[in-house]
Amino acid sequence: MLAYSLRRLLVAIPTILLLIVACFFLMHFAPGGPFTSERPLPPQVLANIEARYGLDQPLWKQLWDYLYNIVVHFDFGPSFKFKDRDVNDIIAQGFPISLTYGSLSFLVATAVGVSLGIAAAIKHNSWIDYFAVGLGIAAQALPNFIMGPILILTFTLWLGWLPGGGWNGGQWQYLIMPVIALATSYMGSIARITRSSMLEVLNSNFIRTARAKGLPTRTVIWRHALKPTLLPVVSYLGPVFVYVLTGSVFVDIYFSTGGLGQAYVGSALSRDYAVLLGVTILYGALTVVVNLLTDLAYAWFDPKIRY
Amino acid sequence: MNKIIRTSLAGLLSSTLITGAAIAAGTHPQTGEALADDQTFTYRVLDEHSSVDPQVVEDTDGADIVRDLFEGLMNQDENGNLVPGVATGFTVNDAKDVYTFTLRDDAKWSNGDPVTAGDFVYAWKRAVNPELSSPYAWFMELMSIENAAAIIAGEKPVDELGVKAIDDKTLEVRLSAPLPYFPQMTTHSTTFPAPQKVIEEFGDAWTKPENIVSNGAYVLTEHLPQERSVRERNEMYWDNDNTILDKVVALVINDENVALTRYLAGELDRTDIPAGQYPRMKQEHPDEAISYPRLCNYYYTFNLSDSGPEAFKNPNVRQALSLAVDRAIITEKVMAGGQPEAYTFAPEATAGFTTPEVEMTSMSQPERDELAKELLAEAGYGPDNPLSFELVYNTSEAHKKVAVAVSQMWKQKLGVQVELANMEWKVFLEERGNQNFDLARGAWCGDYNEASTFLDLLQSDSGYNDGKYNNARVDELLAEAKTSDDAAPLYTEVERIIAQEAPVIPVYHYAGVFMIDSDLGNWPVNNVEQNWYSKNLYKLAE
Repeated sequence: MLAYSLRRLLVAIPTILLLIVACFFLMHFAPGGPFTSERPLPPQVLANIEARYGLDQPLWKQLWDYLYNIVVHFDFGPSFKFKDRDVNDIIAQGFPISLTYGSLSFLVATAVGVSLGIAAAIKHNSWIDYFAVGLGIAAQALPNFIMGPILILTFTLWLGWLPGGGWNGGQWQYLIMPVIALATSYMGSIARITRSSMLEVLNSNFIRTARAKGLPTRTVIWRHALKPTLLPVVSYLGPVFVYVLTGSVFVDIYFSTGGLGQAYVGSALSRDYAVLLGVTILYGALTVVVNLLTDLAYAWFDPKIRY
Repeated sequence: MNKIIRTSLAGLLSSTLITGAAIAAGTHPQTGEALADDQTFTYRVLDEHSSVDPQVVEDTDGADIVRDLFEGLMNQDENGNLVPGVATGFTVNDAKDVYTFTLRDDAKWSNGDPVTAGDFVYAWKRAVNPELSSPYAWFMELMSIENAAAIIAGEKPVDELGVKAIDDKTLEVRLSAPLPYFPQMTTHSTTFPAPQKVIEEFGDAWTKPENIVSNGAYVLTEHLPQERSVRERNEMYWDNDNTILDKVVALVINDENVALTRYLAGELDRTDIPAGQYPRMKQEHPDEAISYPRLCNYYYTFNLSDSGPEAFKNPNVRQALSLAVDRAIITEKVMAGGQPEAYTFAPEATAGFTTPEVEMTSMSQPERDELAKELLAEAGYGPDNPLSFELVYNTSEAHKKVAVAVSQMWKQKLGVQVELANMEWKVFLEERGNQNFDLARGAWCGDYNEASTFLDLLQSDSGYNDGKYNNARVDELLAEAKTSDDAAPLYTEVERIIAQEAPVIPVYHYAGVFMIDSDLGNWPVNNVEQNWYSKNLYKLAE
């Protein structure tokens, strides 16, 4: 398994390199640049600024310098928009925030989603099942950009229980709404996948055998049905984990959390090249690692899988 | 002989004497209103500010913060009039090209060092230094400071900038051309002093809260990017005794509807009202919803360059399209935020500017429509040969609403076929700047309160003249206005020409449309540039 992991990580290097090159050229081909503004800078000022950031060099040279600085100095370059911060600062500030509410949302979505799905499958065609399915569908239909405003209206304006936004070092009052907003639709999907997977497993031969030899229902479910049930769930959870960390731009916008999602989208709009590339690399690397972890987790859930 | 202009300080000084005691007693020293115990002002900003470095900052939200942290030679009062800042006054020679500012003795940096003329010299040289490559270097050029243009272009050494510290408290500025409104320009953040020692010690990181040293009424105490920035009272500020607000918090809230909800939940003292919601807010919260004119215009510009449509070369066509735009519908039904209708390029609120009686203002809308039809028919366009072109704007709900309304007016009244196209901001700027458009949206906010900040856009060689309008008489009048004692008639003349030739269609002039807590005292609604200073605000007891 170790050899397998190492091989996968080695393959990741050219993958990420390709990602950087593609992103670099796409970015430079987009019309407008970091210093395009409504008040066009006089040519000499623009020339000074471009020289300062090395943007007057040919593209291949810029790409080479960029890669060189990453590999040798672990320096992802300056931000063109925020003069007193570089990309490392921006990631160091935003990523822990995204990571905190992202992983909490992931835990909540998984815990609630899996429990709902299992409960629905065990009590198939009962009111619990209908309730869980209904809740799952409703949750799936509520993406975070709908949940955000609804939560703020309810808990901030009408009830006055929670602050309408901000981060405040991650205090729990500030975490509740972002986590719910982000978790809801994933929770719905997880519940539905778990339910259908569990139903299939419960109808399979080895479960019938387990029941036939007189094992109590609890043992059948926990010891024998749960692991195979979770296999399709895990393959869904891998990408979701990356999504909740990367797809949080709406949470950042609605709750002013200061996470990386907003910095990412903002950098694309303002053509802040280095920030855009830096965050892309982070997300790319994260995707590679999480995909590997998902694959390794398969082996634990299904003894038939060997690496 | 030097002409001496000195701003009187007598009033200010006498008020200082009684203030200390009054604030302690919890009432406002001048108005006698009861003050709140918690003097914290919290407001919403749309986006993270670009910087708090005075020579680097380029966005208005950032400039608002910088205006609190640093103080320039002159300040503005609630009405936008010039009042002393670090300088107590200035003199100017007869030729109006040498200004001498006298600095106050008690001005200090937040670390206790005195603010000297040398700090201004350092800052101004820094602003034009190609090494810093400030995005606002052009402002120093606009101020006509001697050699500024050549230094920015790298043709002269930075030391040759026409600014000199005669002694610690006297600053002399030499201009390359006489500029009557020069002192007004010293209220702009680019001209604020900078602490040389601190900048040399920390480099780009000098603006972080733990490093920054500033000379304004407030110091930066906390900055969480994309979330909030906090500034608190600067005990070293020379006029600290008269400062009432203790703390100012700027919260970054990207979504204006969320911001409004949070305002209504009591989390904010000030926020913007989204387009179209002003009437409802005014009805529900009459004391809090306010609208006042701002120094910005909203217009459509014709592409008059070779790449533009042939039809637009005919002034009658342009005139017809302008006439048919029913401004009242745009301002009352679409924007609905108390915006003034625009028939001139420079807003009426601009200081020392008299809006000319253009023909259009004396006509009713049906009369305008009638004339528009006639003009268009004369130009050879009608049902058999309909005029058609593309209107581009940058992606935004509000711009879309205006464009849809205007294109419908043209279609219904004149049978004109308009295709609407929106573009992401940077793409839009690039396309408009390269004259790849027929008709494009434009907007401009004044950099200073004088009509030239708008009208210069229509000068033939201006870098901002994306429509490539070219009129020798306009160029001549604008050049003359730069050095004239009374430029108002010249500007009026320019507007008259613009009204006749219609190189642009002014649609409306911006209004500041805000919810402002009725507990917040002294918000400067009459300052059209919206240069507000937290030191002049206060919170009333509820």
